[in-house]
Amino acid sequence: MNRRLAIAILALAGLFISLYLWLYKLGMIGTLACGTGGCETVQLSPQSRFLGVEVALIGVIGYVVILGLAMAAMTPRFEGLSWPIRVMPLVTGGAVLFTAYLKYLEFFVIHAICRWCVASAVIIAVIFVLSVLEWRRERAAA
Amino acid sequence: MASASRVTPPSNNPKKKGSAPAPSPNRNFLVLGGLAVVGIAVIAFLVMRPKDVSIPANVTVLAADTAGFRGYILGSDSAPVEISEYADYQCPACGSFEILQFDVIKRQLIDSGLVRWRYRDFPLPQHPHARVAAHATACANDQGKYWELHRAIYDNQAAWSSLRSASDFFRDLAQQAGVELGAYDACMTSAKYAGRIEASVQEGGKLGVGSTPTFLIGGRLYPGVFSSDSLASLVRSMVPKPAP
Repeated sequence: MNRRLAIAILALAGLFISLYLWLYKLGMIGTLACGTGGCETVQLSPQSRFLGVEVALIGVIGYVVILGLAMAAMTPRFEGLSWPIRVMPLVTGGAVLFTAYLKYLEFFVIHAICRWCVASAVIIAVIFVLSVLEWRRERAAA
Repeated sequence: MASASRVTPPSNNPKKKGSAPAPSPNRNFLVLGGLAVVGIAVIAFLVMRPKDVSIPANVTVLAADTAGFRGYILGSDSAPVEISEYADYQCPACGSFEILQFDVIKRQLIDSGLVRWRYRDFPLPQHPHARVAAHATACANDQGKYWELHRAIYDNQAAWSSLRSASDFFRDLAQQAGVELGAYDACMTSAKYAGRIEASVQEGGKLGVGSTPTFLIGGRLYPGVFSSDSLASLVRSMVPKPAP
């Protein structure tokens, strides 16, 4: 599997996780599938909103952007060191920093761990690594 | 057959013979599309599956729903500090507050006459059993068993939270709490306290309650769980000291 497809698949997985959590906040899901109950503690905390916007919705939007970039990079028109490949490490790097802030809140402010949020954190970290590797490979080839 | 005798056209692929062919973009998009369909199907299932909400939330709140009722009260009328707790029976943080902190708070602050405690229902829309639980306690309150069922529901939160339907579980807890089931069943079936519960939600919303538990103390809202120690410190700071 090539890296661009791997990034797209991971972004799709992250998108569905964020969508699941956002629909939960909208009251459309019922209870969350989360063994520890930590997911609900996190999702119902005041920290589940960032600057008045649901963090889950920010995740949905972020993953849509990353998925769009990955899909653009997979089209023949954007082969090589194209702009989607240049932009991807910047976008995913920002997402990793935001995720690190959210993890800090979970560990030190809310004192609860949401498994879905951890899954999303792992996904965004892997996407970031893959996007940097792809950017470096294309830059070396160019 | 025509297709068997067809001559393969020369490839435009510049790659050397024998190298691994790059995956075609179409194949990649097919893989992504397939995964997206699976994901959408799972989300659609989660949204459309039946939820056990038998106590309506979309009720018109009438004046009679709230007349003379502003929450379930513990403590003396003459207590110098009143604390209103806006909580949801299915909220894990509310459960942990009730189980880990409330007994100490009751002993140190409520029973000692410092605090009058007012429990307000604030069932969140994402908790399908919270409104049913609130209604069950309201029905138990008709028989003077409110606090018994209130505590039993919180104590067993982990056991009923993930059930598809929690109504029978609450009925069993009510029976164990000493509630007479004939009147309880009639009360639950009529959903007669749906308006009162919704009134409590609307009142909390107007105050600015957005998460549970949230405490209203001395006109200020405190979202999140309090420890008994920090709540005691806050209360003592609000009680006027006697003149020397």
